[in-house]
Amino acid sequence: MLLYALRRLIYLVPVAFGVSLLVFGLVHLAPGDPISAIVPPDAPKEVIDKLKEYYGFDKPLPVQYFRWLAVTLTGDFGTSIGTGRSVASEVSSAFGNTIILAIAATTLAFTLAVILGTAAAYAKSRIVDRLVTLISLIGVSVPHFWLAIVLVIIFAVEWGVLPPMGMGPENSTGWRLDRAHLAHMVLPTIALSVIPLGVVTRTVRSTIKETLSMEFVTALQAKGLSDRQILFHVLKNAAPTCLAVMGLQAGNLIGGSILIETVFAWPGTGFLLNSAIFRRDLPILQGTTLVLAGFFMLLNLTVDVIQTMVDPRIKRG
Amino acid sequence: MFKRFRIAAMGLGLVAASAMPAFAQGTLRIGMTAADIPQTTGQPDQGFEGYRFAGYTIYDALVNWDLSKADTIADIKPGLATEWSAVEGEPTKWIFKLRQGVKFHDGTDFDADVVVWNIDKILNDKSPQFDPKQAAQARGRVPTLVGWKAVDKYTVELTTRVVNSLFPYDMSYIFYSSPTNWEKQGKDWVKVALQPVGTGPFKVDRVVPRERMELSRFDGYWDKARVPKLDKVLLFPMPEAATRTAALLAGQVDWIEVPAPDAIPRLKQGGMAIVTNKYPHNWAYQPSMVEGSPWTDIRVRKAANLAVDRAGLTKLLGGMMMEGKGAVYPGHPWFGSPSFDIKYDPAEAKKLLAEAGYGPNKKPKIKIAISTSGSGQMLPLPMNEYVQENLNAVGFDTSFEVMEWNALVTFGFQPVTGEASTKAGTNGINISRATVDPYSAFMRLYHSDFVPPRGANWGLLKDPKLDELINKAHTSFDRAAQTKALADVHTYIVDQAYWVWIAYDLNPRAMSPKVQGFVQAQSWFQDLTPITMK
Repeated sequence: MLLYALRRLIYLVPVAFGVSLLVFGLVHLAPGDPISAIVPPDAPKEVIDKLKEYYGFDKPLPVQYFRWLAVTLTGDFGTSIGTGRSVASEVSSAFGNTIILAIAATTLAFTLAVILGTAAAYAKSRIVDRLVTLISLIGVSVPHFWLAIVLVIIFAVEWGVLPPMGMGPENSTGWRLDRAHLAHMVLPTIALSVIPLGVVTRTVRSTIKETLSMEFVTALQAKGLSDRQILFHVLKNAAPTCLAVMGLQAGNLIGGSILIETVFAWPGTGFLLNSAIFRRDLPILQGTTLVLAGFFMLLNLTVDVIQTMVDPRIKRG
Repeated sequence: MFKRFRIAAMGLGLVAASAMPAFAQGTLRIGMTAADIPQTTGQPDQGFEGYRFAGYTIYDALVNWDLSKADTIADIKPGLATEWSAVEGEPTKWIFKLRQGVKFHDGTDFDADVVVWNIDKILNDKSPQFDPKQAAQARGRVPTLVGWKAVDKYTVELTTRVVNSLFPYDMSYIFYSSPTNWEKQGKDWVKVALQPVGTGPFKVDRVVPRERMELSRFDGYWDKARVPKLDKVLLFPMPEAATRTAALLAGQVDWIEVPAPDAIPRLKQGGMAIVTNKYPHNWAYQPSMVEGSPWTDIRVRKAANLAVDRAGLTKLLGGMMMEGKGAVYPGHPWFGSPSFDIKYDPAEAKKLLAEAGYGPNKKPKIKIAISTSGSGQMLPLPMNEYVQENLNAVGFDTSFEVMEWNALVTFGFQPVTGEASTKAGTNGINISRATVDPYSAFMRLYHSDFVPPRGANWGLLKDPKLDELINKAHTSFDRAAQTKALADVHTYIVDQAYWVWIAYDLNPRAMSPKVQGFVQAQSWFQDLTPITMK
């Protein structure tokens, strides 16, 4: 198992190199100029040229890439041209905030999805099945930023029961596990969990349904196992597929929170990326995207390893 | 079922109750449009919103703005300098007499050495305190400043490259940060940004990047009439308009910048005040004046100005604009007395196009570079589509080159003959302009010496008579003559219909009825010092 994990880890190196190249290339392909975003519209050309030189944007792109790669490999990531602060510190504080929200949203989405999906697969009543299918359909169809705004209007504006924005009360810094901070998490967590809820519910439902139709389940029933014991076997067999989808959804959730974090002014990586895009803050854009991509790769690796643990056939394959 | 839902909602309410802290009397909470706290080291970024909240609050300029009146255009007044004048016989040299007894928030003194140190900070890249980020914001604001020295402890001599009688306006954009604080923060501007020190009416208590900035009253402020009445001001970056609206309606902030026009009825219904006023803003089309462009014909330019139904556009924006009548609005001291009345007259527009040789089979083709959003751009997509319909209705063939705001700004760094515009085939650009001072209102936009990248005369307008009029304004040292010269400039450019002027923004902001005493000046900047919280 350890060797398998190590081998997969080594495979990540060329992938990471490819990702870094892609991130750098895409960021530089976008129209606009990083310096024009930080100077007034009529700033003199000599100011712009000086700044380009200062930040190294006057060099050819390959030179810029290898310079960036060199500092990135040391874990530095460079300096934000928008704020002058270190990219590493900006990204790490924002990433921590995003992870908090992502953990809450995945916990909510995956727990509900497993319960609903299993209930729908087992349900003898077609109404329950259709209801769950409807919920999952809504989950995958409703734009989450729209839902976020609707939630804010209902719970914050109309009813005034939950705060509409921010990570905590205005006199606090960072996140803490207390009522006030939890209240700020409720709406973004719900909004963020909707898509994974829909996707995972559908997967759980269809996978369990498919597993239930397999011969080994009939054999278990014939052996006289209780429903609970059979459920355990069914879940174990369904787990690899569900885990793969959950892993992808968790990754999407981290990277795809730009709109939700912007709507709720949640100072995570999504909010940071949004600000960096508008300010053409290339070091921040590159650093954040690379960290998110790295996290996604590690998450996939973890899911693969867990899948292998749950289903040894994958390892053999 | 619904009863249970209500009980659940009440339960959530109990949780949320602890999330809504009791606010001290005298704390004003503002939702800004910026996505991050503007640069706090001295020269703010994030456009004039940065100047508004991280400039004139924390700092002073030698020349400040009088933001106390709503009924007249804001003008300059003494700030850290009590008086200034050009040297007799040497009009490129200026003597600024500094205010004595001014203290920074850290208790250190403001004097001539501080002025020299701060100008070095932005213009002398050999100085240890040189900060490229502040230089980027400031250099374009003082294009003629080439020399600076302390004459004595409270006098500085500033030298301009050319005669520039309007130089004091330029100096209203340069702020003075504490050299002692810079030393204390290890000569590191990144650290200074977290603990900045200025001389302004508010001092900075805390900066939490991307989350908030906390300001509090500076009791030792030199202008006793402007010592803030508020205890604290909290500034939150909220780039999303829906978030700002919800935060105001939910009571999480007391004031929001730029509410979305479609949210205004809901805000009014929620008891919020919508505060507007005209201010030096201009939403227009800047045409190409190079050979071959249809805009070189004054009849085409006049036709475009007469084709736009500005009243309809005002309705589209829920009343949040004023109809364009020129580079500055009627009633402005520089408006002058143009004979060309910019109004909606499609019949006259069609007639002018016909006189210029255009008709249904030969339409003037215009292609304007526009943005999807952006600072001061109002609602560029629906507005441009509306104008397009108006122009096409009188016989134009209008199309757009649509790009993101930052890309449009970059696009504007090259003149119309540059590669970007040539490739896109554009012969007009729609970048909203601040017309705060004479340089930004006229010189940089209409003078033939100010073609990009030096200025913003993107369309390569070259009119010796206009250049002469602008030069006259910049060499008139008598205030009345200066105003008269600027009015002559404006009269001339409107009569020549050099641009297609469409709208002035009304600078809307929404605030809770708890906010008292705010006077919305006719300016991009605003004074927070007279505000109290009910």
